[in-house]
Parts: sequence; C-alpha cells; structure tokens
Amino acid sequence: MSGNHAIGEAAVRAGCRFYFGYPITPQNEMTEYMARRLNEIEGGVFIQAESELAAINMVIGASMAGARVMTSSSSPGISLKQEGISFLCAMELPAVIVNMTRGGPGLGNIAPAQSDYFQATRGGGHGDYRTIVLAPSSVQELADLTMEAFNLADKYRIPTVILGDGMLGQMMEPVEFPDGEMQKPPPKDWTITGARGRPSRFIRSLLLDPAVEEEHNWKLARKYERIAAKEVRYEAYRLEDAKMVVVSFGTAARIAKGAIKRLREQGLKVGLLRPITLWPFPEIVLKDLAKRIGHFLVYEMNAGQMVEDVRLALEGRAEIFFYGRPGGVVITPLEMSRVITSKYYQKGLG
Amino acid sequence: MGFQKVFGRPRALKDAPFHYCPGCGHSIIHRLIAEVIDEMGLQEKAIGVPPAGCAVLAYYYFDIDMGEAPHGRGAALATGLKRVLPDRLVFTYQGDGDIAAIGTAETIHAANRGERITVIFVNNGVYGMTGGQMAPTTVLGQETTTSPGGRERIRDGFPLNLSEMLALTKGSAYIERTAVNNPKNIMKTKKAIEKAFRVQIEGLGFSLVEVLSPCPTNLKLRPVEAWRWVEENMMDVFPLGVIKDVQRD
Ligand code: SF4
Repeated sequence: MSGNHAIGEAAVRAGCRFYFGYPITPQNEMTEYMARRLNEIEGGVFIQAESELAAINMVIGASMAGARVMTSSSSPGISLKQEGISFLCAMELPAVIVNMTRGGPGLGNIAPAQSDYFQATRGGGHGDYRTIVLAPSSVQELADLTMEAFNLADKYRIPTVILGDGMLGQMMEPVEFPDGEMQKPPPKDWTITGARGRPSRFIRSLLLDPAVEEEHNWKLARKYERIAAKEVRYEAYRLEDAKMVVVSFGTAARIAKGAIKRLREQGLKVGLLRPITLWPFPEIVLKDLAKRIGHFLVYEMNAGQMVEDVRLALEGRAEIFFYGRPGGVVITPLEMSRVITSKYYQKGLG
Repeated sequence: MGFQKVFGRPRALKDAPFHYCPGCGHSIIHRLIAEVIDEMGLQEKAIGVPPAGCAVLAYYYFDIDMGEAPHGRGAALATGLKRVLPDRLVFTYQGDGDIAAIGTAETIHAANRGERITVIFVNNGVYGMTGGQMAPTTVLGQETTTSPGGRERIRDGFPLNLSEMLALTKGSAYIERTAVNNPKNIMKTKKAIEKAFRVQIEGLGFSLVEVLSPCPTNLKLRPVEAWRWVEENMMDVFPLGVIKDVQRD
C-alpha cells in the first residue's frame, strides 16, 4: 500500500467520515483515496473544496459538530490553511491535518523535503499556540500515527499535524491495520448540534477583554504543558554505547538509519535519535543523552530547522554538527555514512 | 379581566441588550430571525454562524447553538456543520465585506454546490465594525474613509451585485433582496427569511436573503436620515425583490 493510501485507510478506520481537500502534489493520491472510500461508506462525506481556505473551514464546521475530520495538503496549501488552524487552536477543536511537504519556499518543487518543520512546530499561523506534530518514517507508521493523531486530537481538543513528504506518500510498503471494529468518535460535551434538551452553546475565538484573552492563553499554555509532559514519542536506535548521535526525523531518519547500520558493521559507535513527535520535542531525552555523549549530528532535508530545537535542548552541553540538504535533494545511506564517518574521525572518536 | 401578552422577546433571543448603535438594522434583523425560529419551532435544531464584523457577538443574543467563523468563511464552515448534521437548520449571518469581498469564493462555491444552508446577508454598504471603510457594496459616489471624495469607478470599481451572481449558480434555490426601512419591508424580510429556511429544510438547495440595512454611525446620519439614505442611494443599485425562486421559476 502507498503511504498516501495508508493514511486515508487509517483515517477511515479511526472513524473519520469527513474529509475536505483540494488537489496539490504530492498528496493527491490521499485525496483521491478518500473520495473513493468515503463514497463507499454509509455516512461518509468527501468534498473537493474550492480552495485550501474553504477546506480547512469545512473542517472547522465539521469539528464543531463533533465529527472526526481530516484534511491534507502540501506546503503552499498548508500555508493557506494556517488561518483556520489558528482558529482550531483558539476554539480548541480537534482535527487531523496532513502535510506531505515539498521543497520550498514559494512553489518550490514536489520533491521530498522537510522545509516546513518551523511552520509545523511553531504553530504556523497567527497567535500564541501549538499543534501536536507527528513525523512518521515508514508506511506502517503513517497508518499507526494517523490513528493515533485522531485520538490525540480528541483527547486534548487540538489539531494534530502529520508531517510527511512526497517520498513517504508515494512509497509502497506492507501495512497491517489493527483487527476489530472501526472506531467511533468519542462522546463530546462541547459540540454545537442544536440546543436540544440543554442550554444553547457557542464556540468562538473572539475575546475582546484582554484579561479574558490572557486567561484563555494561559489555559491553552497549560494544556500544551500537559501534552509536552505526557506525549513525547521518539525512537532510540543503537544508543547504548554510542559516541555520536545522529538526530533526524521522517525520511531523513530512514536514510540515517541505513547509514548507521552500515557503520555499525564497520565498528563505528553511532546511534540514532528519531523524534516521532516534533512537537512536543524530545528535549529531555536529548539532555539525558548529553550526559554521556558529547557529539550530535543533526541531519535534515532543509537548511537547518530542527537543529535549533536540538541546540535549545542541549544548551551547549555537547557539540552539535549540522548536515542539511534542502530543495528536495534525497541522499543515499552511503553518502550519509560518509558524512558521519568524516565527523566521527575528525573528532577523534574512532 | 387578565392581561394578555401581545409582544415579548422571542424565545430564540437571550435576555441581553443589543450593543448595536441606535437605528442600526442588525437589531431588527436579529429579532426577525429569532421570531421565525420560534414560529417554525426550530430553536433546538438551529445552528447559526456569526461573522467577523459588527454582528460577531450575535451569540450573546441568539439563544441557539452558534459557531463563529473566520472573516468571510461562513459558507465553508456552515458546509462542514451541515454535512455532519444534515437534519439541522444551519444559517450564516454575514455582512457585505464578509460575504462579497473576502468570502466571495466560499459563498459562490457553497451556492454552486447547492449546499442546504441559508445565508442572511446584511448589506449596509460599509465596513461597520472597522470604522466605515469602503465595502464591495459601497455605491458610486459614496464617501467612506477609504474612498475619499466618494467611490469612483475608475479608482475603486463598481458596487458588486453578489446576490444576482449567486442566482446564476445552478445550486442556488432561493435568493431574495429585501430591506428593513419600513414596517412593510420588515414584514417582507421576515417572510423571506421564513421561506429561505423552508427551502433549506425541504432540501431544495442554497438559499439567501440579502437585507439592505442602514449603518447610521458610519453614514454619519441620524437614524431616520439613514433609512432615507438607503432608499435613495442603495435601492436602485440593489433592487428589492425575489431574484431567484426555483419553486416559482
Ligand atoms: S457600526 Fe453600523 S453596522 Fe455596526 S452596529 Fe453601528 S450602525 Fe450597526
């Protein structure tokens, strides 16, 4: 199954019956899959919206009504959705948003890139907010994390972003879905469904009184703190005796892992830390690693974004190198192993 | 002999005083919508979508479920609500800037899809809340803070007849333009709102009522003069009447 299809199928199994999207490469297969799949299912609704703006606002409406809902796009389209994502956060509405990132800025290209790390992890739109950001690195994980994204979104009433790229979307790998019933959205006591047998409700983001808006911002901040304390996910690979840690996510982490396997065979003590949640970022894990390891190599398919979070986490406690390939350039594990090797020996770790 | 209550607050309105300026059409239009909701027994089924603009606080007044939309996105947001809850009454309440400038695309496409939603479009010819800037429906010659000397066709373009445009979409079922400038037109507006809601409930397609309404504050006129201004300056550009009715046509 392709990555784009795996996300679509996982969403359906997670109880998502509403999808609103707009064509953009490299995620069209997901939109097409949802069109077909939701038309087969009782109660499924697919709309090809007139724009990304319209799509995200349809998401807002469906979420207000209590549905599990998803949209997907790629970099320029995600920029258009940011207004709506800010509203989703302000109004504490759950939703799942997939970004199959491409090379940027501007139209850029459709090649695999990680150029939207900042946009995804810093909120992206206006205002003081965060979204949960999940970064899968295999088709199986795309499926698993999509289902997880719906649960996290509902649990915390927060939009959850899946950050992939064109390579993950197009890649074909076997996928196993958990057995059993398709999920149903959990009961929600805040939705607007018509005031039947209860007082009327409203959902809004306008809070004209600065004291009230401040309180709302602190309430959101406390929620983000809870998420940061509980929901950090990462993969640690061969870190037990590592002298150097490669820090990479998504497709870059796959490449790095391939390189590390090869280098381990040659006796180099290198390991991988792969953040799965980009926000919340596994900073405590990094801090702990820095107690015994002095060298970190951050590899990203951009000109240096996550490396800033690594620097913040390590606060000068270890030496950090950066290797970036922006613009949609995908290197091979062999090339990556050369990069690691040269740093490894340069620093006298061999 | 007891007293009989002949006039009171509609149940679909909360017991909260309107913040609208004296002589503003919003208060009347709110009341008309609430009366129709009461009379059609829809208080438990109605979901309203207020806009960005003077009516952004509509959820303080309507005693029904409401969900605020980003500026201009009412029709898209209402689409999401209605598709999840097809048996509810979903309506947006939007001003001219909201619907005919920043939200034009969302509105045209919702109409063209034949979304079973109703739009109450309040056309007062200015951006009210932000302080009287030129709106897409500002008439030629009308002075606003951003059309100094009056709206001029070469510089500012023409007022946009959005309702007529929407009538051209195949998915729209009922579109009427009314006004709240006198008791007769107020009653017509109420009938139009009722009809628009019925069209939605019967699943005929997209319905919209455009209401010409005065903004005395930004016209810098007294309420009565503002009503007259609407009659003299807006009604020939935006003629009243049924623009489209698939049940009649
Ligand atoms: S500014 Fe105009 S539209 Fe807004 S409340 Fe006052 S009169 Fe009404």
